[in-house]
Amino acid sequence: MRWPIRSAGVNFSLAYGLVFVLSAGLFLSFIWWNTTGQLDRRVEASVEVDAQDLRQRWAAGGLPALAMAVQDRLDQNVEDDELYLVVGPDGRRYAGNLPGWPALISSFNQFYELSIRRDGFRTQAKLHAYALPNNFRLIVGRDVHGRDLVRHVLTDTLIWAWIMITMLAAGGGLVVRRIFRQVVRSIARTTAAVANGDLSRRMSLTGSETDLVAQTVNTMLERINRLMDGVRQVSNAIAHDLRTPIARARTRLEDASAHAESEEELRAAIDRAVEDLDHVTSIFEALLRIAQLEAGARRAAFTALDLAPLLDGLCELYEASAEEAGLGLVAEIAPLAPVNGDPHLLQQAIANLMDNAIKFSPQGTDITLSARLQQGHVAITVSDQGPGMNEADLARASERFFRAEEARNTPGSGLGLSLVQAVASLHGGTFVLSSGSPGLRATLLLPVLASSTQKG
Amino acid sequence: MRILLVEDDLTVRAFVLKGLREAGHVVDEADNGKDGLFLAVSEKYDIVILDRMLPGGIDGLRILETLRGQQNPTPVLILSALADVDERVAGLKAGGDDYMTKPFAFSELLARVEALGRRGRAEAAPQTRLSVADLEMDLLSRTVKRGNEKIDLQPREFRLLEFLLRHAGQVVTRTMLLERVWDYHFDPQTNVIDVHVSRLRQKVDKPFDTHLIHTIRNAGYILRAD
Repeated sequence: MRWPIRSAGVNFSLAYGLVFVLSAGLFLSFIWWNTTGQLDRRVEASVEVDAQDLRQRWAAGGLPALAMAVQDRLDQNVEDDELYLVVGPDGRRYAGNLPGWPALISSFNQFYELSIRRDGFRTQAKLHAYALPNNFRLIVGRDVHGRDLVRHVLTDTLIWAWIMITMLAAGGGLVVRRIFRQVVRSIARTTAAVANGDLSRRMSLTGSETDLVAQTVNTMLERINRLMDGVRQVSNAIAHDLRTPIARARTRLEDASAHAESEEELRAAIDRAVEDLDHVTSIFEALLRIAQLEAGARRAAFTALDLAPLLDGLCELYEASAEEAGLGLVAEIAPLAPVNGDPHLLQQAIANLMDNAIKFSPQGTDITLSARLQQGHVAITVSDQGPGMNEADLARASERFFRAEEARNTPGSGLGLSLVQAVASLHGGTFVLSSGSPGLRATLLLPVLASSTQKG
Repeated sequence: MRILLVEDDLTVRAFVLKGLREAGHVVDEADNGKDGLFLAVSEKYDIVILDRMLPGGIDGLRILETLRGQQNPTPVLILSALADVDERVAGLKAGGDDYMTKPFAFSELLARVEALGRRGRAEAAPQTRLSVADLEMDLLSRTVKRGNEKIDLQPREFRLLEFLLRHAGQVVTRTMLLERVWDYHFDPQTNVIDVHVSRLRQKVDKPFDTHLIHTIRNAGYILRAD
């Protein structure tokens, strides 16, 4: 059968109370058993010593000496708890304060605990019988009324103590449960606030064991916050940057529908609108691709890759465009170590950098594509001698849809560098933009494949 | 060419149908997977254009797998809104010959359809010599001549011209050139392909009276003698 109580707090306090009550019970029982046992043993010991002494008297002086010794003892017994009896072979009582031989005593080698009548009172007595020569018999005993009284008091005290401990345990259990709930509640309060949308809330660190949970939760919230910021930023950007071309296409079509005077005019308007829509599609695709890269789910095409031929190919592709734009394209490709990467993505990323360099370079300047080994990384740099960017723009350049003021009027979506950034992250590398003098240096740092680092 | 178009969206289907018929092709249509599969296995087509997500319980990939399972080699162009790289790979693995994502430009679709149809026939006989008008390319010695004049080409220019010659009389788009000549699968922002084609023109067309490489607006290029 399953334990019916689900609440961890209740179980926790129950376990606490149970352990407390059980150990207290065990402890108190031991005290009771030990104390009462001690009392009994003391009575038995004094009876044995007494009897030994009396038998010696008999050996020394016979019946008269024994009877005198018994009488002496009874006279001197202030507490009136000693019991004696000496009887002859015929059952006649010779000395002592017991009224007669108790019928229950039949053996000489054990203690009897009997209820006897003495001076008109019933009382509890512990007795031992001894055989004397000539068939005389002796009983030595103690009235244990006092001992019973002590035992009663002790039992009562211990039972009450146990009850009090049980109550304390219950109270302690409740306190434990409350503390437990409070800990959980403080976690729950924060997470509930977060669940309701307040992402700025953090768990407070108290120095207790729950800090471990709190820290993990805080780290998690930090990451969620960053992701949410990203989503917010992107959705704002989408709202703006997709709305603009859609609005443009819509306006064009509506305008043409209402005002076009000739078929050519109408066709031209429709063609332009189609271009706008193609632009929307390309933004969509770029966004999806970046999102996919950032999710880190596209490593299927990764392979050990020699970047030199890949870069040569891109140089060959862009050399003609550069020349047509009146630019020189300089390739400085040093011997490289292989990296682990997706060739198509890296081509795309470097092509984006080349596209940018060609777009922003003034005629007559050079674009440099360089690659070299640098501290366990392959550093691929595309640098131009164009207007470059100011510090503030450099920091924001790889945000989605970011476009520097000066670039507002050039074609582009503001997603190119975001994609480069995403490709770099996917490859475990970094993407750094810095100011050249003049111009812009865009550097893609990719970690060298682990197995080839020894070779340098 | 005889073409089968399996596409469930009425607007897209009507548009593609009209365009292909205007281009002089004979087109059968199906708007669900069941009819599409039936036509594809029972009739003989030069090319099948296949949407992936279809109503009727049989989707595009099932049709494709069934065709290939029956050793039917008809070229298949997959036309799908599933644009993910993985989806693309899945489509090509299932036996597709080309993969286009929606939205698409009709000129791109037409160019790819004609290229695929041509490939289906050209693969039968390997060629060592390509020529259009007075332009001749020898694939063994890797030389190009126009009339009696030898033209010097860079290796990449040679491959570009080879591709144009193999598809002589057909429109080839910039994307097709980027994919087939350079093996790049991205969308460059600048006019890289245009620049390479114009360089090729400098060598192949400029010194001569008649021009062979023509630009088709909103589509791409065509190499033809006219």
